[in-house]
Amino acid sequence: MSSELYQQLLATTTGLLLLTAVLQVWGRSTVRAIGLLVIQGTALAGLVLTVGVQAGEAAAPLVAGLLFVVKALVMPWVMLRSARLIGVTRERSARLRPAVELIGAAGLTLLAYAVSGPILGDTTDPATRAVPVGVSLVLLGFWQLLIRGSAITQLVGFLMLDNGIAAISSLTSGGLPLVVELGATLDVLLVVLILGALVVRMQAEEGHIDISELRELHD
Amino acid sequence: MAALIWIPLILPLSLALVSSLRQRSSWTLWLPVSAAGVLLGVGVGLILAVGSDGPLTTGAGLLRVDALSAWMLTVVGAVAVVALWGGIPHRTGRSRNIGTFATLLCLFLAAMTLAVVADNIGLMWVAIELTTITTAFLVGSRGGHGALEAAWKYVVLGSMGVAIAFLGIVLISAASRTSGEPSLSWVVLLAHAGGLDPSLVRAGAALAVLGFGTKAGLAPTHSWLPDAHSQAPATVSGLMSGVLLSVAFYAILRVQAIADAAVGPELMRGVLVTAGLLSLAVTAGLVITQKDFKRLLAYSSIEHMGLLALGAAAGGPLAIAAVLLHMLGHGLVKSSMFVLAGRILGFTGSHQIADVRNLLRRRPDLGGPFLLGAAALLGFPPFVTFFTEVAIIVAGFQRGLGWQMGLACALLLVVFAGIARHSLGMTVGAQPDLDAARTSPAPPDQPARFRQVPIVLALGASAVVGFAAWPLTGPLIAAVAALGGVR
Repeated sequence: MSSELYQQLLATTTGLLLLTAVLQVWGRSTVRAIGLLVIQGTALAGLVLTVGVQAGEAAAPLVAGLLFVVKALVMPWVMLRSARLIGVTRERSARLRPAVELIGAAGLTLLAYAVSGPILGDTTDPATRAVPVGVSLVLLGFWQLLIRGSAITQLVGFLMLDNGIAAISSLTSGGLPLVVELGATLDVLLVVLILGALVVRMQAEEGHIDISELRELHD
Repeated sequence: MAALIWIPLILPLSLALVSSLRQRSSWTLWLPVSAAGVLLGVGVGLILAVGSDGPLTTGAGLLRVDALSAWMLTVVGAVAVVALWGGIPHRTGRSRNIGTFATLLCLFLAAMTLAVVADNIGLMWVAIELTTITTAFLVGSRGGHGALEAAWKYVVLGSMGVAIAFLGIVLISAASRTSGEPSLSWVVLLAHAGGLDPSLVRAGAALAVLGFGTKAGLAPTHSWLPDAHSQAPATVSGLMSGVLLSVAFYAILRVQAIADAAVGPELMRGVLVTAGLLSLAVTAGLVITQKDFKRLLAYSSIEHMGLLALGAAAGGPLAIAAVLLHMLGHGLVKSSMFVLAGRILGFTGSHQIADVRNLLRRRPDLGGPFLLGAAALLGFPPFVTFFTEVAIIVAGFQRGLGWQMGLACALLLVVFAGIARHSLGMTVGAQPDLDAARTSPAPPDQPARFRQVPIVLALGASAVVGFAAWPLTGPLIAAVAALGGVR
């Protein structure tokens, strides 16, 4: 792969990751949020493939394929199925206005670039230079977990956080050992399945999926 | 000998398969107990094997048992035997999901085993995340609003915490790139600690400790713990409080060893002292006014994890040996206490401390051990927790954590007052016993003595180990040395 093509592919995939994360922040449709996750999962698989092929790793297509299947197909499908089962495709309420959410997201993206600086040092490696995108995804995932009340949107936030970590892993160390990648992907898939099942149970038992309404346990 | 490592991994998996096939058979509940017993036996066997031949490696280098891993396996096995055996209900048959319950318990044991025998810290992470997954449905299995809320919080906060830890591990892996091929092997990372990129190690280790700290129930990310531990069935609470927290803390010890070797002990010391004191403060603030006895026990676990964090922050052979022994002592006592709490719940039908009175007279088989266990949790001699708590505090003073340990002692006094008041209130009622008419011995269908065996064994062991620790001295010193020893 020529250096120019590599840089272009890197820019495209990381750009898509960041764009889908920011778009995630406003909008109340869960179907749209899950659709964005599909794009984000595809971009992540593309990023892993690009970095892996450039580094000459034999397992890269395998890991990228696995990520694509799990993150862009299986997980969104599971979430969509949960959402359809309970018949909730829009969030009921919002804690913040969309404008405030967006400003917060922009601030977090800036923060991601600020905190990544000392970690990056003065590297010139184009992959490592893109690490702030991964950090942005992590922070935006947290942001979504914090400000959103709906269980499904919280799940989307969790997956964004996880995508961010996978992106950082791929950009900094060229990926982890295969067994760890497999184990980690399987773990996250199981967490999504469990949370999907809990969402369905929550709707059946409580009649809503609003996390902020769960206030029985406290001191 | 390395083949021994595979037994506690494969046996629970096969038992899980058996119990998943026999959904309605109540005998499947004995399968996790037997798995735990084997785990205990293998742990002791590995302590002896490692003591004579040194660390054992298998599975292409992914699995490695040194003295610390062998010690942890023994702790997991011993505590699991108590929690699982004590938690077997005396009447089953109403539930259709006994097999699923037993399956998940077996898988949970396998995941904890994998966490302590993995040499690769990435694999250790995978195993710790698996413990969240296997316990998610166990926490919510009681049903009802509270259990659902607890399960949701547990899975979301637990997974978020370990996701942060994963980010930390990714950064540590990136830090190892400067010294050649990136690696996640704990042994390799420790051996090449000097060559790791310091800024990446700092960020990575801090994130990893924060993440695993969530799972270990350390403040400020402890909020899932009282909910999950109070809503889960007694066996599950006992296992989670008694040993899962310690397994997560074991991960912190491993990461700390790498960080200390790479960038010096100051960073980890700061993080752990903060988390430890915060945990004690949270407990002190909430035990006095606590109304629910299972939550009271859960907060006591946060307190004990805080003590472990202070011990790890102090460092040095005395403190680390005390931390490891405290894991055993606290695990045995806490799992017994949760088992007893489950029985008290079955007897009174209420979670409320105020609804439980005069237990010593009404149900001496519950009140006696409960009072003794509470004394052990408070650190009364002769229980081993007394010796380990004193050792942690003395080590802290010796190693320059003077005012921190002073503050910790003050907070411990508050916790002491709170837990002592509530447990005395539950067991020795001051008012004339209005319920005396209802006093009855254990129901006839209940093999009472048999059910008391694990509790008696656990409390007895924790009372004796402090004096008769000589068989444990060698393994403990070896475990401390395995961690990098004297810092």
